[in-house]
Amino acid sequence: MPLLKDGKLTDDPFVYVDGDAEIPADRAIIVPLARWKSDRDALRGRSAGLGVRLKSDESPAEIADDLDSLAVVALDFPVFKDGRSYSSARLLRERYGYQGEVRAVGDVGLEQLHFMQRAGFDAFEIDSDDPEKDWQTAQGDVSIWYQPTGDGRPTVAQQRKS
Amino acid sequence: MYRYDEYDREFVEQRAKQFARQVERRLAGELSEEQFLPLRLMNGLYLQLHAYMLRINVPYGCLNTTQLRKLAHIARVYDKGYGHWTTRQNMQFNWIKLDDMPEILLELASVEMHGIQSSGNCIRNITADEYAGVAADELEDPRVYCELLRQWSSLHPEFSFLPRKFKIAITGARHDRAAVLAHDIGLRLHENDSGESGFEVFVGGGLGRTPFVGKSIRDFVATRDILAYCEAVLRVYNQLGRRDNKFKARIKILVHEMGAAAFAELVEKEYEFIKDGALELAKEEVERIRMHFAPPAYESLPDVSPALESQKAEDTAFATWCKNQLAAHKQPGYAIVNISCTPIGKPPGDIACDQMEALADLADEFNFGELRVTHNQNLVFTDIRKQDLHALWQKLVPLGLSTPNHGLITDTICCPGLDYCALANARSIPLAEKISERFADQERQEEIGEIYLNLSGCINACGHHHVGHIGIVGVDKKNSELYQLMLGGSADENASLGKILGPGFDEDGIVNAVEKVVDTYLEIREEGEKFIDTYRRVGPGPFKENVYRAPA
Amino acid sequence: MPQVVIANRLRDGIVVFLGADRRWMERVQDCAPAISPEDAEKILDLGLQAERDQEVVGPILADVEQRDDGWFPIKRREAIRAAGPTHRADLGKQAED
Repeated sequence: MPLLKDGKLTDDPFVYVDGDAEIPADRAIIVPLARWKSDRDALRGRSAGLGVRLKSDESPAEIADDLDSLAVVALDFPVFKDGRSYSSARLLRERYGYQGEVRAVGDVGLEQLHFMQRAGFDAFEIDSDDPEKDWQTAQGDVSIWYQPTGDGRPTVAQQRKS
Repeated sequence: MYRYDEYDREFVEQRAKQFARQVERRLAGELSEEQFLPLRLMNGLYLQLHAYMLRINVPYGCLNTTQLRKLAHIARVYDKGYGHWTTRQNMQFNWIKLDDMPEILLELASVEMHGIQSSGNCIRNITADEYAGVAADELEDPRVYCELLRQWSSLHPEFSFLPRKFKIAITGARHDRAAVLAHDIGLRLHENDSGESGFEVFVGGGLGRTPFVGKSIRDFVATRDILAYCEAVLRVYNQLGRRDNKFKARIKILVHEMGAAAFAELVEKEYEFIKDGALELAKEEVERIRMHFAPPAYESLPDVSPALESQKAEDTAFATWCKNQLAAHKQPGYAIVNISCTPIGKPPGDIACDQMEALADLADEFNFGELRVTHNQNLVFTDIRKQDLHALWQKLVPLGLSTPNHGLITDTICCPGLDYCALANARSIPLAEKISERFADQERQEEIGEIYLNLSGCINACGHHHVGHIGIVGVDKKNSELYQLMLGGSADENASLGKILGPGFDEDGIVNAVEKVVDTYLEIREEGEKFIDTYRRVGPGPFKENVYRAPA
Repeated sequence: MPQVVIANRLRDGIVVFLGADRRWMERVQDCAPAISPEDAEKILDLGLQAERDQEVVGPILADVEQRDDGWFPIKRREAIRAAGPTHRADLGKQAED
């Protein structure tokens, strides 16, 4: 899946390690929450990059204390209609102060990009022929926002005041 | 009423253009129907039995005459010459073409209107007391907070893919005309002991196939904190609301399954984190919005108009209309006027484009250029000088908008039913028309007094049948329509859910059954006792006995 | 039981019925029903293909019977779609006849 980061297509340095699969040496990896919980210490000892993937029903509170060790938190959208990961992204950014990559994975498309960006996602595994064009389209769609979120964009109320 | 500034205007225009792009992608095959569905729903566009249906928001029921004329224009040019007021104080058009949507949305944007979030699993149009700002029994105008909540909920980055739709209503008066206990979040403005104003918060009310009355989870949230508190409620719901079963996905099921106290505890925990943060309402912004709802330039008038009194004495039809359609205004010399869009034998809530335009003229002439839509599918002129009532009435009569049935049995709430709706199991409009004709006699209606009769064409309950004093719901039984009768529902501050009286009826049978219910009430009521109070006193027994008694 | 494919046209939402030669007809009388269950499956496939081709939305099979003026749906829902709202004879296809 192409990875879109900060609006550009990028090579994804991370590979997913599912279930109990063997962990490749010297590769940046993203593991499921269960694996992180069971192998935390071993995983921490590695020198290559590390990420955790949360299913939409897994709370980021589960990894709140570990965020310093994580370069990526991947949040899953099993279907685009499942909006739980929007809350997870905001909690990671706004409550737990997470500065690393928050990646949207699963059913991710153009029409959800602007919501995701505002919720705190900065990387997207997007199913599209031209992700960069999608990104541009989404940027051009909406520039007015009423809600304060952790992305720090000025809200309408703040703009009115200034 | 609230008027857009440059930001609001830009927001709605951007959104209209975005939908135009999405329509293009759909027509070009870049989006499948499955992918397009939530996008069109987020803009209020359904596909119903005959065509697309467009639902346009009327924020908390407030409409100006420019907007009403635009709705008339859309009805005439893009639809079939009429529209339909809904129970969320919105307007629906039934014969819309997808091809026309980009143009329609730009037309709407030009008068500060749109269909954003009038459907879909997001926060829907905020509703309020239709007498907001003018009711004699009001503590504080809820529209200020409706508008703040409207802005906060518009394209919310976190809450646009909720487990299910989400409805919020606010009342600021002692008597609840906004059915706040039948909402996902219901807010009741009141003052605490130190004279500070805030909200009692109810959650988990709602109708549909599993109806619940809302439960109070907090007695007082200061007004400045209301966005933060609602965000806490929505966040808990977004994370924990059921997504495995569409029919169990509303917040009412979550609250019911975990218990209101446990739910409240989670909300409090979340609220602790976010209160006093970025969502705290700034005084200037609240005041800026409050200015939009400043009272119009009322004249200083005596409360009693001698002209009105003599007009009533001379014209009994006018007197009848006044008796039924007026409500007490907080400003002396003014009246609140209910305008029935539910004439005898006609579809409840339908209005023709000519009527819309004529009403716009009347609102300009008599009502400071504004009007309200009610959740009972009628309209309200909020600020009529008592001395103008007769002139207004005379102009309403030829328009077919002078039916004096406010709060009477023919003032039915009714969903579109199987004549339009893809979800319906049975027709509702023809039945509403029949019942209305059966009780057409004005004297008899008044003798019966206040009865809310609510009618839905399926268990989804868009016609609010659970909270009608008399509720009717249609079901399909082997290609025949069957109607069930329920009694004892109520949507006000003493909200209750109606109970099914017994076996269902066919269309003629249900009209007869309603008549028997009414006759039973007339027989057994005590002096001055309303229908709902009689029912609550005696229970279903006497009604059941009369309705199901075998013919002699 | 003869069956016809009924759908809404994508661009205007108007109710259409599958006729001969894969053409979508606005009047139910002009539909080409399938008589056998095997044929019904075939015409439904044509409908689903038309949905993928951005022609129609929501194709389904509906039972029809022969009446004096041609085919007409048996179930109330589809009958209303074929004719129009029952309380307003001035609306829908019934108004165009």
